[in-house]
Amino acid sequence: MVRKLTLRQYDALIGFILILPSLIIILGISLQPILSTLYFSLFEASRGINASQTFIGLGNYVALLTDAVFWAAIGRTLYFTLVSVVLELVLGLAIAQLIHTRPPGWRFLRTSLIIPWAVPTIVNGTMWRWIYNADYGALNGLLSQLGLIDKYIPWLTKPELAMNLVILADIWHSVPFIALILQAALATLPADLEEAAAVDGANALQRFLLIRLPLLRPAILVALVIRTVEAFRVFDIIYVITNGGPAFSTVTISYLTYLETFSFGHIGRGSALSFLISLFTLVMAFVYIRILYRPEEKL
Amino acid sequence: MKNLKTLFALTVAFALLVGALGCQPAQQAGPVTIRVLTMEQAGPTVEEMNAIVEEFNKANPNIKVEIEYVAYDALHDKITTAMASTPPAYDVFLVDDIWYAEFAKAGYILDVTDRITKDMRDKIFAASWDITTVGGKVYGMPWLLDEKYFYYNEELLSQAGFSAPPKTWEELVDQAKVIKEKGIVEYPIVWSWGQYEAAICDWVTLLYGNGGRLVDDSGKPVFNDEIGVKTLEWMLQTIDEGITNPASVSYVEEDVRNVFSQGKAVFATNWVYMYDLVNFNTEQSQVTGKVKMSLMPAFANSGVQSATINGSMGFSVAATSPNKDAAWKYIEFLTSEDVQNRYSAHLLPIWQTSYQGENLNKLMGYTPANATTVPMFNEQFPFAHVRPKVPYYPEASKALQLALQLALTKQKTPQQALDEAAAKWVELAK
Repeated sequence: MVRKLTLRQYDALIGFILILPSLIIILGISLQPILSTLYFSLFEASRGINASQTFIGLGNYVALLTDAVFWAAIGRTLYFTLVSVVLELVLGLAIAQLIHTRPPGWRFLRTSLIIPWAVPTIVNGTMWRWIYNADYGALNGLLSQLGLIDKYIPWLTKPELAMNLVILADIWHSVPFIALILQAALATLPADLEEAAAVDGANALQRFLLIRLPLLRPAILVALVIRTVEAFRVFDIIYVITNGGPAFSTVTISYLTYLETFSFGHIGRGSALSFLISLFTLVMAFVYIRILYRPEEKL
Repeated sequence: MKNLKTLFALTVAFALLVGALGCQPAQQAGPVTIRVLTMEQAGPTVEEMNAIVEEFNKANPNIKVEIEYVAYDALHDKITTAMASTPPAYDVFLVDDIWYAEFAKAGYILDVTDRITKDMRDKIFAASWDITTVGGKVYGMPWLLDEKYFYYNEELLSQAGFSAPPKTWEELVDQAKVIKEKGIVEYPIVWSWGQYEAAICDWVTLLYGNGGRLVDDSGKPVFNDEIGVKTLEWMLQTIDEGITNPASVSYVEEDVRNVFSQGKAVFATNWVYMYDLVNFNTEQSQVTGKVKMSLMPAFANSGVQSATINGSMGFSVAATSPNKDAAWKYIEFLTSEDVQNRYSAHLLPIWQTSYQGENLNKLMGYTPANATTVPMFNEQFPFAHVRPKVPYYPEASKALQLALQLALTKQKTPQQALDEAAAKWVELAK
């Protein structure tokens, strides 16, 4: 050391050195791939040992944004995201409320909630593919034993149904996550506000809507952002349950990216798709924060 | 200050460690490891493939083979991803007929023309060499010699009053109507028409059985001609009449096997592996001893006696593998006449010599299934058709899968759907 550092500089230097390893790792595993994806998206690039690359500027983006297949996939993705996240939030909140009232066996309920969430998505998908199987699936078995159907229904062959069936499987898997976050947040809410309101004559619905829900907003924001981003990138559960079928009716934007990149080998086009997904996700997170986040509140 | 020095030292050490992780591993002592990627689906079972690996490892102490399995529909994408790294994640992998053109063009698979001996050339079926040959160069060793076969449940068929299986698809429809009327099964036939390659295999079987073709001699798609449209209309009609199991539109081969194994279908088409599993495996099948095979039907008045799909596959060496010789040695062992004969319950040998003279009787005796499958192979193989060998096959296939699905789910007419797919094929060929 040539000259003496002040105490403040010394602290800053130590701090920097201490975070350096994690900084290298974060930049290496997240920023570098994003930048190389952006780079590849500007090329018409094939795959292989002697792969060819031609610079085409924004050509991939123009081609995508004028392609009906792309917009159809965006539409399906938004439908999947909207329906699954809204239903998951409503159900999750209901379950969290239920646990919060401490009914008999609530500890067991809270623990068993983790099971669907702990099941890997691929396993969950395989399980639901079997449940939906027309000839030996549990769903047809159940419905016919209840006398609701007299003929087995080939669920996964119906384009108008397939996406909703995937959503159902996703809800089963993800509701526990939201329920657990909200239940934890509920447990930390002060009881005195609601008690005071009750004394002032507010009924249960008013107390829920005007006091409890606003207080839960930071927790809801966290759950919403995480689930929306996850839902928007949905891939594995679709790959396993429908493989994008029937007739492309479950091809979401991530599934399309997979097809273009890994099945068809259009590296440039696939990179452009991935980059667009990142942008969409970023915009969504931004919108959420603008709508739900108040600076005075702690997340 | 001393603390600061220690911190610097630690940081440098960390940086070196990160750097070292990125380097290639040093030459290892001991046996060379050969990593193999294959499928768990049609073909030999995992137990059989593991047993072959064990035999090989015992006989070659300086080579250690490690084998991994994926579903057929994940195999192509797993290979192309694995080949992005150097050295590649696998030294040897299973390549389907329809991927050879793409992989050869991408430089993924080793040109092994010089490693093929005269003995191999002469004794292995010429049709098998066609599978692994692209532009006159051999890129792999044929291994799976397969085609779709016609299966029927003899007990259920005779309950309907029929003593013989159908010879034409029209006859199948007539028999199916009786089967349905008598309430023997709800849906007499089950297919693999899901949005997978499996749908193309069944479609080719029906199309060629109607005198149609996928592409003409110049490679131009012709599957949207009158024959193609009529064939697809026939498929749709069998669903409407309740002859085809409607769930077929979401099924692959394993679903077909499961439904057929439960006695819920009288007819099915599938690869050779199904015969042993449905007819002899009491753990997995409720119809053991009742299953027969017969020549794949064709359409009456089409001038075709029978038609089926050639679904052969080969094993190739990754072009960037550091251990090409050891990898080839394993492939040679796996595809050798002796190994293929002994493990022939779910996969028939590529060696013509196995079917000749005295050997034929021996081959038929290796497993209980062989007594049926070996003669059936000889009868059916002359009618097997291959799919086009083009580097853009996965994309072309997906377009055709979509067309079939759009028609089968009644979102487009067969003519519209096939026209769109044909236009895509023309565009891809440019």
